[in-house]
Amino acid sequence: MRAILRPAFAVVGLFTLLLGLAVPLGFTGLAQLAFPAQANGSLIERNGHVIGSALLGQDFAAARYFHPRPSATTEADPDHPGQTRAAPYNAAASAASQLGPTSAALLAAVRERVAALGGGRVPADAATASGSGLDPHISPANAVAQMARVAAARGLPEARIAVLLQAHTEGREFGLLGEPRVNVLRLNLALDALR
Amino acid sequence: MTWNGWAQIALVLACVLAAAVPLGRYIAAIATGRVAFLAPVERLLYAAGGIDPQRGQGWRAYALAMLAGNAAGFLLLYALLRLQGVLPLNPQGLAGLSPWLAFNTAVSFVTNTNWQAYSGEVAMSGLSQMAGLAVQNFLSAATGIALALAVSRAFAASGLRDLGNFWADFVRVTLYLLLPLALVLGLVFVALGMPQSLAASVQATTLEGGTQTIPLGPAAFQIAIKHLGTNGGGFFGVNSAHPFEGPSALATGLQIGAQQVIPFALALTFGRIVGDLRQGRALLAVMLASVVLATAAIYAAEAGGNPLHLAAGIDPALGNMEGKEVRFGQALAALFTATTTGASCGAVNAMLDSFTPLGGLVPMSLIQLGEVLPGGVGSGLYGMLVFAMLAVFVAGLMVGRTPEYLGKKVQAREVKLAMLAVLVLPVAILGFAAVSLVLPAALGSVQDQGPHGLSEMLYAYSSASGNNGSAFGGLTADTPWLNTTLAIAMLLGRFAYVVPVMALAGSLGAKPKSPAGTGTFPTHGPLFAGLLAGVILILGGLQFMPALALGPLAEHFVLLAGKTF
Repeated sequence: MRAILRPAFAVVGLFTLLLGLAVPLGFTGLAQLAFPAQANGSLIERNGHVIGSALLGQDFAAARYFHPRPSATTEADPDHPGQTRAAPYNAAASAASQLGPTSAALLAAVRERVAALGGGRVPADAATASGSGLDPHISPANAVAQMARVAAARGLPEARIAVLLQAHTEGREFGLLGEPRVNVLRLNLALDALR
Repeated sequence: MTWNGWAQIALVLACVLAAAVPLGRYIAAIATGRVAFLAPVERLLYAAGGIDPQRGQGWRAYALAMLAGNAAGFLLLYALLRLQGVLPLNPQGLAGLSPWLAFNTAVSFVTNTNWQAYSGEVAMSGLSQMAGLAVQNFLSAATGIALALAVSRAFAASGLRDLGNFWADFVRVTLYLLLPLALVLGLVFVALGMPQSLAASVQATTLEGGTQTIPLGPAAFQIAIKHLGTNGGGFFGVNSAHPFEGPSALATGLQIGAQQVIPFALALTFGRIVGDLRQGRALLAVMLASVVLATAAIYAAEAGGNPLHLAAGIDPALGNMEGKEVRFGQALAALFTATTTGASCGAVNAMLDSFTPLGGLVPMSLIQLGEVLPGGVGSGLYGMLVFAMLAVFVAGLMVGRTPEYLGKKVQAREVKLAMLAVLVLPVAILGFAAVSLVLPAALGSVQDQGPHGLSEMLYAYSSASGNNGSAFGGLTADTPWLNTTLAIAMLLGRFAYVVPVMALAGSLGAKPKSPAGTGTFPTHGPLFAGLLAGVILILGGLQFMPALALGPLAEHFVLLAGKTF
């Protein structure tokens, strides 16, 4: 028995020290030296304050900003212990709706979002929640549909917003991978910088 | 579906194949002890464990050493998870896990399943992730690869008394294969935007004046091994859909590659070990063809969109976007899903619960087919070899000859052992799912009504038994019933499967290897590949047909009729 257990505990124990502490701690040091911005969350600062991460979406409700996709993240409900309430873009607890294709709740939510956007053909990403609840991007079609509202709220000509949007529309990576998209936080930051 | 989407899929698969060829050769070199650039570390481990790496082990000794190593890993991880509240590297002050959840999670990571009944950033301290879960990501992967090497050796020569030394295989695979790959890939992942920090989070004040807690942690390194080892357990709750765990289409493409490359390479390693590369290529061809077909099916279903949502006014251009990220698109989501379920990885970059019924049927079927297309690291290869023996057995029945695979006679004992292994999956999946679908305590966990609820439960036991770990996420899995029964399903899927396979390897290894004659059924051509695919489909798939008809298929027709629940 000892002959079987000794190698098991010795090897697993030493590998825990090596692969669980020494290597990842050394690797963390290397990552912090080589890629400090990415290793610490790709943070965006304005006037010395952290305003978010370039990779994480955040919630925008005001008419003068472009709006992100619907988000299914929640937070603990202070009024009802043990329950949660909607909290879009709560990055402390990533979540999707997990509603199935025949879910009545999902269909009702989709209809409500389509109606709120004025009906008609609504870009799919504008009426559905992302997998993470933190999707930083919207599709170019979704952004174009919001241009008139943002321009009116800011009292700016729509053409000016269009130029900005054009500059913030990213193509496929290497012209091939993924889909065209617009980073909402970066676009809104650029909007705020317009004077 | 678009041509661009197919070009993305073709590019990623071509890169994986190009990498698998040299990697297969390298793993064969590791298996024969020809790689030794960390020899001092290796010697230290052998000395501490009193191990003689030269001493061969028969199948019993090899399997016993494997079980002992896994038991030690389970105990260590269970203790760590229960005690995380009083251990260091816990800046959020998270409490220890409940006994049910700690049991489920420890079993899950030791069996290479990585089913997660918790959400990473909410429940796990930095220490638990780094020194607990990530370590098991390495060790469970090394266990699988070591077992596959042992099974491969059984076909290499006549009258084998031993299948190698488990500890030597386990240590070498960890040090020379998994560790270097994880370090390189981890660094690329940091460059692409995955955090690697000891801080737990940072506070941001958003543009609209709200606050946002941005989670951090030692993520990138753990994410690298999670894909390379086909483990799949996410650092963050939503796995590779999280912008920190899948920051770009390139990152998700690399993850698809990482979770495929070792299973593909091992098929080629097998060819080298048995001294006939064509044998490995035949297995690889079956694996690859199934990945392409499954991807096409998912891509078609998801890019078409949900008819109910299209009727409600959604533009069909982007397809079904519920639970999907804009940056990946439908093509890479489909390829990721086909590879993560075919390869027993279980990571996800889109939420399977919100897939269309047919889009969700494909990943569930890939798991139920036995996790051999291409399967988990190691487990995919030895699972495939079991099916290969059943395929030659079926061929032998047709022509009335004693079946042979690579010169080894497949007789009654071998076929019994192979069937014993193959039967574990349907018993665990259908048995537990059937009981859970009538138990009120279990039904409370189901989120969706109608056939989709059945799919959620069926998927959970498929995922656990197949050691996959992905989920239809609507299921509330953190209950005593589900935590316990899913853990038992994971244990059965891993160990009740592999012990008969090791017995099979022991029995085959001892047999003489007869040279190929004129009457030998060649096992490297398209005829054999087709037969093998057929055996996998019929044996692995047919028994799940009734359950799938009640779940995803019923839901598909209900959806077309416009009904919701």
